Amino acid sequence: MLKTDMLINAKDIKSTITRLKNEEDYTLLLDITAIDFLKYPDVTPSRFAVIYVLRTSNFKKQISIKSYVDDNTLEVDSITDLYYAADWGERETYDQYGIRFKGHPNLKRVLNHHQFVGHPLRKDYEITKGQICTETEDLMDEMLPLLKRKGYSEADMEDLMMLNVGPSHPASHGTIRNFVAMEGETIAACVTEIGYLHRGFEKSCETHNYSQIIPYTDRLNYCSAILNNIGYSKAVEDMLGIDITPRAKMIRVIIGELSRITDHIVCNAANMVDLGGLTNFWYIFAPRDKAYDILSKLTGARLTNTYTRIGGLEFDLYDGFAEDLAAVLKDVEKAIEDSLSLIEHNRIFHDRTQDVGVIDADFAISAGITGPNLRAAGVAFDLRKNAPYYGYENFDFDVVVGSHGDVYDRIMVKFEEMRQSIKIIRQAMKELPDGPLNVDHQGIILPNKKDVYGNIEGLMNQFKLTFEGIKVPKGEYYGYTEGANGELGFYIVSDGSGTPYKVKCRPPCFYSLGAYSKIVEGDMLADAVVTMASMNFIAGEFDR
Amino acid sequence: MGLGAEANLGDSIITTKLDEAVNWARSYSMWPMAFGTACCGIEFMSVAAAKYDISRFGAEVVRFSPRQADLLIVAGTITYKQAPVLKRIWDQMCEPKWVISMGACACSGGFYDNYTTLQGIDEVIPVHEYISGCPPRPEAVLDAIMNIQKKSYNESIIKERDQNFKGILDA
Repeated sequence: MLKTDMLINAKDIKSTITRLKNEEDYTLLLDITAIDFLKYPDVTPSRFAVIYVLRTSNFKKQISIKSYVDDNTLEVDSITDLYYAADWGERETYDQYGIRFKGHPNLKRVLNHHQFVGHPLRKDYEITKGQICTETEDLMDEMLPLLKRKGYSEADMEDLMMLNVGPSHPASHGTIRNFVAMEGETIAACVTEIGYLHRGFEKSCETHNYSQIIPYTDRLNYCSAILNNIGYSKAVEDMLGIDITPRAKMIRVIIGELSRITDHIVCNAANMVDLGGLTNFWYIFAPRDKAYDILSKLTGARLTNTYTRIGGLEFDLYDGFAEDLAAVLKDVEKAIEDSLSLIEHNRIFHDRTQDVGVIDADFAISAGITGPNLRAAGVAFDLRKNAPYYGYENFDFDVVVGSHGDVYDRIMVKFEEMRQSIKIIRQAMKELPDGPLNVDHQGIILPNKKDVYGNIEGLMNQFKLTFEGIKVPKGEYYGYTEGANGELGFYIVSDGSGTPYKVKCRPPCFYSLGAYSKIVEGDMLADAVVTMASMNFIAGEFDR
Repeated sequence: MGLGAEANLGDSIITTKLDEAVNWARSYSMWPMAFGTACCGIEFMSVAAAKYDISRFGAEVVRFSPRQADLLIVAGTITYKQAPVLKRIWDQMCEPKWVISMGACACSGGFYDNYTTLQGIDEVIPVHEYISGCPPRPEAVLDAIMNIQKKSYNESIIKERDQNFKGILDA
């Protein structure tokens, strides 16, 4: 049975994690969540359990820790002084499950609105029970203590200007609200509020079977939907213990990398619009539209592709795919060059981006930042190299790292990663194996239509899979892939039925956005805008 | 000598109905405010970009300030937390104003039938054009803009629209 790696006593949480961090080198806190066992078929020691997922500093090993929470107190120790990332992680667990973390400096809701009553991910909370929000929060309850900690007296605060950037602001890239205290043009303190696009992904997962969840994963990071499809499907396939066919793996690599390219294009294009250069946007959006033409030919949709299936893929490549793809890759290369020719030696661009929004490598790891943002800070962490899957170890490509962790590095890392992705796709297209697309397993893949209409076994098989879903063995598992923004993880709990008991998504953006307010404090407001764009926050992902 | 209408008409007076003149001007100079929250917002970027080119319909002046816009395009999911924000933006827009609800989420909550998602923006603000799709293709957005043009063409400037609308956030 699939289990967490460690089961510990609730009162040992702090000491165990401290030991893991200091002695066994688990320096990266990936995620915190909880499970409500109210309707679980097995008897458990208590109703709630908290889960911590950690990763070592060489990024090769990951560990999951579980601890049952006392039903009467519903309280465990906070680990916010060990990891910066725990701040939002614990707040989310509190918001969704109502578990309190003793010692947390600011334990309040993060995804749901402040007028919300109850905890939606509890099993006894009815999924459709919406609660109207009539007014937005003023956030002074967070801002005042923050300013006090920074040494501002009451009189000093009078001189500060309180300013909202977002939740509906052209520079906020989606629905993020930053509440800043300005001292002239400089940000004295910043509070980030999210949840404006919290669409209840995790609760919806509990009422849909495993295959029906794939469309929901599209809408997490809608700039690279297929990478999310792959991340989720891979986690479920790992739980089922199946190995997908070599052809499916290779196609997933190709289309996944193409999605990574479109994702980076959107980020860089939008970033340079924020810097005042619209030409870049026209230059690099044109090949993106061509990439979407390929995707719509292949999957039927431009943005929300739902391309993977548990155990394989929905469609095989169409005739002429290779030529279309080669043309798009050429266009992307040209667009990268065109775009770089505008900015590479541009003094204004350098002044606006270099030494702006610097993320220190140690802080980045403590805050749980992964992906291009972490690599730009000089840490070579890429799951495609550190914990390879789908044969990434056989491809010749480089992990792109920056040196400074500033906006300039993040933009350039993304440009170079696009080139590396192109390199991977070209190698993969050369070695694309023939053979079946989907695994041959009647409990997982829908039968041929010939069988469905031709014999009773096929008909029953289709019926069972459609209505009951794929039966995943009981247990819990953390699956991870390298998404466009960093480590995309899915913590799935199965009760043995066709519907997941719980799905927790570990979105890379959530933790990088948690660190954002700290990064921009002391910077100018105009620089905070560019910093935000360069970190590629996708609202669907951090809010779910 | 100019090359446009003035070349033929010169310095003369043209008589027409006020509605005709105003509606003609309005329908070809929509200033959209893109309230992009999610996936549809990304598709709206495509509508504005080179290939689909919203400027062919005179609607390329995308404003992010409600005070400068007369067409609100709600592109993306609206949650209960976001609803007061959306309503405030709608309130801040000057008359005349229109609303396009883009995509399944904005129209009906889409497949997010759950505790956090508003089941259609028409619970909060009036809507004049709905676009289906999740997200809709850019062509569908252009179609909706053309429909709004037609609608605005047939209206009278003395009639006030949406005066009877009452949403869940209206007191």
